[in-house]
Amino acid sequence: MTHTENFPTELTGDDIPMVRFQKVRKSYGALTVLDDLDLDVAAGEMVSIIGPSGSGKTTVLRMLMTLETINDGVIYIDGKPLTHMPRAGKLVPANQRHLRMRRADIGMCFQHFNLFPHMTALENCMEGPVQVLEIPKAEARDRSEELLELVGMIEKKDQHPSRLSGGQQQRVAIARALAMRPKVMLFDEVTSALDPEVIGEVTNVIRKLVSEHKLTMLMVTHQMGFARDISDRVCFFYGGKIEEQGRPAELFGNPQKERTQQFLSAVREAV
Amino acid sequence: MSFFEFLGQYWPRLLGGAGVTVAQFLLAAALGIAISLCMGLMKLAPNRALRWGAITYIEIFRGTSLVVQLYWIFFVLPLLGLSIEKFTAGYLAVGMNIGAYGAELVRGGILSVPKGQWEAALAINMSPAQRMRRIILPQALVNMLPPWGNLMIELLKGTALVSLISVADLMFESRQINATTYLSAQVFGAALIIYYIMARFFVTPFMRWLERFMARKLGRA
Amino acid sequence: MFDWKWDFVWEIAPRLIGATGNTLVAAGAGYAIAVVLGLILALAQRTPYRVLTFVVRELVEFVRSTPLILQIFFIFYVGPQFGIRLSPWMSGMIAIGLHYACYLSEVYRGGIEAVPTGQWEAATALNMTTAQRYRRVIIPQAIPPALAGMGNYLVGIFKDTPMLSVIGVAELIHTANAIGSENYRFLEPYTMVGIIFLAISLPAAGLIRLFEGYVRRKLGL
Repeated sequence: MTHTENFPTELTGDDIPMVRFQKVRKSYGALTVLDDLDLDVAAGEMVSIIGPSGSGKTTVLRMLMTLETINDGVIYIDGKPLTHMPRAGKLVPANQRHLRMRRADIGMCFQHFNLFPHMTALENCMEGPVQVLEIPKAEARDRSEELLELVGMIEKKDQHPSRLSGGQQQRVAIARALAMRPKVMLFDEVTSALDPEVIGEVTNVIRKLVSEHKLTMLMVTHQMGFARDISDRVCFFYGGKIEEQGRPAELFGNPQKERTQQFLSAVREAV
Repeated sequence: MSFFEFLGQYWPRLLGGAGVTVAQFLLAAALGIAISLCMGLMKLAPNRALRWGAITYIEIFRGTSLVVQLYWIFFVLPLLGLSIEKFTAGYLAVGMNIGAYGAELVRGGILSVPKGQWEAALAINMSPAQRMRRIILPQALVNMLPPWGNLMIELLKGTALVSLISVADLMFESRQINATTYLSAQVFGAALIIYYIMARFFVTPFMRWLERFMARKLGRA
Repeated sequence: MFDWKWDFVWEIAPRLIGATGNTLVAAGAGYAIAVVLGLILALAQRTPYRVLTFVVRELVEFVRSTPLILQIFFIFYVGPQFGIRLSPWMSGMIAIGLHYACYLSEVYRGGIEAVPTGQWEAATALNMTTAQRYRRVIIPQAIPPALAGMGNYLVGIFKDTPMLSVIGVAELIHTANAIGSENYRFLEPYTMVGIIFLAISLPAAGLIRLFEGYVRRKLGL
């Protein structure tokens, strides 16, 4: 057990990471999902997380989105604590108010899209800016239409999700998350629920984001080729730990650890 | 007068009333279950006349109010030459009313049995009656027991209306005591608690037990 | 053969139609209370305050397990004992409103629990407050599946209004009783009341189904 109250209340120095996991532990009862995780993501970096199911990779993103609480350690966003807040010079677990304030920096796309079914594509995108950021409707509409244009969904802006294909829904979901202007974007297996022929339309949108925008991104994916193409760094998770990480060319081309080699060859065989 | 002093003095009448309520409940339940089965099966019958008979019965009893049905049976039937004693009229009305709701549960339960079961029974050359009795109904029964639990609570509450035709049940005794003593909080409070105990600690646990028992019998638990 | 007198039917029809108005007003007002109070009771059970959740849960169970007619008496007679005098209408509306609020709270609860977790997570990812999550995301999706249950209870409340006659609310049964005892004729008034109930509740059930479909389409579900 570490003593999170003695962790720094703010990261200082020249090289503050956009995201820092410091000694983060997550468990469900006796089952430890993530153990002592240390991970830094630099501003503008694209990090892919790969690994077998049950390795805790999705949990990393869900903790960052505060959908899961953590049992130990601290997560920092842009140098400031997310899961904790400073009180009298020490860190204490964050309250709802603090979470709401810090969560504004993070956006997330889900495996099953989770679009609001009672709203059109445009309304889905405008919902956050209008209700949460309290931006004037006209401005939110302009911003949302611009983003729907970016993801190639402007023609379908007045359709409800039930009328859209999986790939189309996921592109709207990306626009919805971007409309909140997050500093960090999380992609949680965004292509896993899609039919093979529409995966490309979603990955192309993410490629465009990587090349044209300077967003910090974390992506959990099963698509090794895609991860290799666009990532600055790839982390291989195994048994709740980062088993190996590095530049995609190194990790995919010349994996050092045995488990990484086994995983990658098993994935290759499946293809 | 404190609540416990009140209970000390009036408990025999409350208990007597509760006894009548239990009797009304059991008789109405027996009648209601019989009618439910009958009407539920009729509504699924291939014969059009049977189907329409069941639909008419169900819609009339679900479409009007139990109070209206009770008054009609007790006050109007005698005018048509059919006099029914009030105790009988009470459980008759409540049971017939519940039967209409139960019929829909029976029908739903039977429809919830997978088609393959019908086909398998046919494949071993069972008669339609055998199929229903040996294969379909036992499975339907397990599927429909949970909503029957709620219906039995509705039935218990429904018996309170027989007080309107002067059957001396718990509700009736409470009104009588209230009329002579004006100890309204005590008497109606006591009655509420007695009904609650009957529902929460007798009817509901029994129905839960029945659900588990039936599930075990079908090897599902 | 039944000694049915059409003259008498026409003579009493205006009074019964007037009473139908009262019945509909009572059902509507009671339902309005139940719809709002029911939502409060449902949401109260979702707060993190254990004590509040427990108390509301038990209250809902208690009210649902005890007869409405007894609750009507309780509210009407117990108030004066403590110096609160409520009119029959007032106590009737409170009793029916509270009773059905408890039923509706269960319908809402079911609807809310049926909304997939992904919707809550998406609302969190958009950084919504708890109030915004419920108002903008969860409740709009919880209502359509709850509509069938809500509609059933609207018809149910209408059919339970005759119980208000016991404390002197001049709804249909109360009026039919009065007509019956003034004229010593019960056949026509009680039968007409039954027909009025059928004539309203059967089409209402159909209209509710149409409305449900309309809302679903409107929300794009």
